[in-house]
Amino acid sequence: MDRSREGKFLRLIHLDLALLLGLLVISGMGLVVLYSAGQRDLALVTGQTIRLGLGFAIMLALAQVPPHYFRFWSPWIYLAGVLLLLAVMAAGDVSKGARRWLDLGVLRFQPSEIMKLAVPMMMSWYFAEKPLPPRLWHLLGGVLITGVPFLLIVKQPDLGTALVVGCAGAFVLFLAGLSWVILLGLAVMLGAAVPLFWTFAMHDYQRQRVLTFLDPESDPLGAGYHIIQSKIAIGSGGIYGKGWLNGTQSHLDFLPEGSTDFIFAAFSEEFGLVGGCLLLTLYFFVIARCLYMATHTPDTYTRLLAGSLTLIFFIYAFVNSGMVSGLLPVVGLPLPLFSYGGTSLVTIMAGFGILMSVYSHRRTPTR
Amino acid sequence: MKTWRPFAKPTAGEPLAREKDNTAESELFFRRTLVVLFAVFLGFLAVTGRLVYLQVLNHERFTTLSESNRVRVQPLPPTRGFIFDRNGVLLADNLASYHLEITREQVKDLGATLAELRQRIELTDADIERYRKLARRAPPYTGVPLRFRLSDEEIARLAVDLYRLPGVDIKADLTRRYPLGSLAVHVIGYVGRIDESELRRLDPGQYSGSTHIGKTGVERSYEDLLRGRAGWQQVETNAEGRPLRVLSRTPPTPGQHIYLSIDVRLQAVAEKALEDYNGAIVALDPRNGEVLALASQPTYDPNPFVNGIDFASYRQLNTSKDRPLLNRALRGIYPPGSTIKPLMALAGLEYGVINRYTGVFCPGFYRLPGSSHKFRDWRHGGHGSVSMDQAIAQSCDVYFYNLAFGLGIDRLHEFLDRFHLGRLTGIDLPGEKGALLPSQEWKRRVHKHPWFAGDTISAGIGQGYFLATPLQLAHATAVISQRGADFKPRVLLATEDPGTRIKTPETPRPLPPVAVKNPQFWDTVIAGMIHVVEGGTAHRIGIGAKYRIAGKTGTAQVFTVGQNERYNASRLARHLLDHALFVAFAPVDNPRIAVAVIAEHGGGGSKTAAPMARKVMDAYLLDKYDQPAAARDTQGDARPDGSE
Repeated sequence: MDRSREGKFLRLIHLDLALLLGLLVISGMGLVVLYSAGQRDLALVTGQTIRLGLGFAIMLALAQVPPHYFRFWSPWIYLAGVLLLLAVMAAGDVSKGARRWLDLGVLRFQPSEIMKLAVPMMMSWYFAEKPLPPRLWHLLGGVLITGVPFLLIVKQPDLGTALVVGCAGAFVLFLAGLSWVILLGLAVMLGAAVPLFWTFAMHDYQRQRVLTFLDPESDPLGAGYHIIQSKIAIGSGGIYGKGWLNGTQSHLDFLPEGSTDFIFAAFSEEFGLVGGCLLLTLYFFVIARCLYMATHTPDTYTRLLAGSLTLIFFIYAFVNSGMVSGLLPVVGLPLPLFSYGGTSLVTIMAGFGILMSVYSHRRTPTR
Repeated sequence: MKTWRPFAKPTAGEPLAREKDNTAESELFFRRTLVVLFAVFLGFLAVTGRLVYLQVLNHERFTTLSESNRVRVQPLPPTRGFIFDRNGVLLADNLASYHLEITREQVKDLGATLAELRQRIELTDADIERYRKLARRAPPYTGVPLRFRLSDEEIARLAVDLYRLPGVDIKADLTRRYPLGSLAVHVIGYVGRIDESELRRLDPGQYSGSTHIGKTGVERSYEDLLRGRAGWQQVETNAEGRPLRVLSRTPPTPGQHIYLSIDVRLQAVAEKALEDYNGAIVALDPRNGEVLALASQPTYDPNPFVNGIDFASYRQLNTSKDRPLLNRALRGIYPPGSTIKPLMALAGLEYGVINRYTGVFCPGFYRLPGSSHKFRDWRHGGHGSVSMDQAIAQSCDVYFYNLAFGLGIDRLHEFLDRFHLGRLTGIDLPGEKGALLPSQEWKRRVHKHPWFAGDTISAGIGQGYFLATPLQLAHATAVISQRGADFKPRVLLATEDPGTRIKTPETPRPLPPVAVKNPQFWDTVIAGMIHVVEGGTAHRIGIGAKYRIAGKTGTAQVFTVGQNERYNASRLARHLLDHALFVAFAPVDNPRIAVAVIAEHGGGGSKTAAPMARKVMDAYLLDKYDQPAAARDTQGDARPDGSE
């Protein structure tokens, strides 16, 4: 009875109970780990709590917006995003050797962050118009929509964000039902292009850089240092972990960026395999719930958008945990809801807001 | 448009997009979602598998690494390659030496540690300042050098108390040594400590653990070859950070040995030939561009530079008016004077301004039409009636004033540019200057003045704005000797792998050949150059030569003589005397050497510079050297691997 009242209330404010709970549990765990990884710095935890609160507020706000507004604004947001990316190229601020930031006087922000939402929105808008599965020539439009911002972001350079944006576009293509034959063809073409590019278009030093990127341990004085320390942290955690606040790697400052990109290593050191599996299960649960919600929305636009936003979340979680454990090359993506930092948190929570909206508005037709 | 009402339900009359079928699309999406869900599951499964691998299968190993012991990554700097001359004579190698280094994060109180060290060894403020600068950029767990070249006594004094000074280490390293001292220093160059601007542009991974880098000469231009690649080792250390054992080791790749094309015997002859004149001698093999000798006077000893020359000595070198640090062969720019006359004659033939029979009457001066300004000939009273051949042999200025006027600056510039005058020859040594081949465009741009006809007249005898380096003159002479075939000058003869001792010779680097309309033009000009030595201005060096020489003398004005005065060498101070120049190649039939000589304030080219060139050519062509060519093999020197 109580429960149903609560459910009614959540429906009223357009939130999904299961998804909300999943997100809250992960965020809560994240705060606990951050306290330890951040050397018991309460200010750090407070700051992250405020950011999370802001993220959830954004999610709640976006959940109230009926989906057709998203659809109407998709091309315009996308267009604005591309123009801002061009503006960054022309007049952006350089920070840490990359040109990513746009300074608007009062606030500085990364237009590439907008594209993480704008590309799936635009792709869904584009394919929702077309009869599905998409034809080969529709593929061209999709490649163009994704490719232009992708290349602009690669140029900045920001490989992590470019990867997310590129994947978002690819996911829409896949979910739209692009024929397996074409998918296979694309995969073969890509596979053939790589060695050609490698042999003819790259300089020796560029090849060396790619090799270091793929195998950071070949450069333990530079990029490999992070990974070596990260693997030691995870491996020494064992099955049950060293216990909360008992991690030595992160506390002795061996693990660089232990509270941001490499927080998963600090977590695994203290909570072991059991903790790691629990966290991965929670992520899987959130993703599964989101995909379920995506299949239960009324039209193609909302389905494609919800599906691709979910998979962006997956990319974050998978690439980060894979990178920290040395399974994947080092790409600067945070662990969603866990890593300290605000920029991508806002984007991710905005994505969940859109998901909540398209699911909860499924029975309120908008004539 | 219906696109803007996305959620409007289709009415019966409204045609939908032709094949749009929401139910089918929904099912398609559902199938794809299942695939995706499976993929997500596999992705997380892979990460889980990785966690099992790290946390269960390799748990003990990683526990060892993380527990009481620490793992450190130490860079292992590579051994720098040696430098040899073309006969294998050692020009640069490495000598074992010891330095003191401090690892910042293991030192609790740096000030106290430094004070302790100061009681035992000599530490200057400059040492400490440099240490602080370097330490700011290095990771806290790496050692940063504080003092170089510790004496045996200092090592002994430190070793006793080292256990009380955590983070302080004595490290063995290798110091570059140049056994021949100042000989060929302008080719070899030297290494020195990495400075701040270099730190910023270097790859931190490759140079961590390295303290030195090539600063000039081949040490700089072939830095990448000589240097090798850094290795590293993972070491386990105790709580204070002292290494306990090596866990894994990737050895460094030592640098390549390199062989230079210069022959130190010929180099010594060239440096000696310059006597006490400041100047330069460049000798090339015209058949392939190899630099046989490259002398620049005065020279200096590179050895003090390796670990930081003291301030007073450096200032003395740097402020001396003789400028010993200047590589005159590549960076000294001089008016080429009459040495460019063969090229001018070639330009005249090429453009049909003259032919080989064209004669000119030389009254001892030249006046531009409608002008009263006299351009004087070097011979007071003139040469009388001269042919082209005599004009080269006797170096008649008036002939070439006439020719330059007929050519005009545009064609003059276009033709001489083909010989790399006014631009880089591309030699594999750093810092080469392009000097200056003037043009209308250049004068407008730099001097904001139009080109005057008088400028062309001066340029016609290598004066006025015209400037060239000794290397450019030697290179242009080599091109003439090969009748247009052109090779980039280079000092690298071969590289050698230090492990396998396999030598890889460098191949000549041909440049686009200089083509003229009629190949006989070359013969005509070369004949003129032969007559310079055989009866012409340089006839004195032709006497007794066992091979035939083609050359050209030159005298570059330093001091402008007034319009109605005469240049009188005996009345001028040495520093106002003209520069003496001479270019030559030999033997005429099969040229094997091309030489350019510049003796600053040497007076006349025929008197001073030509005999210097003869000495170099005699030594090379007749194999007349003071010392035998036996290669001294000093490669068996101690080479510690950098560990303790």
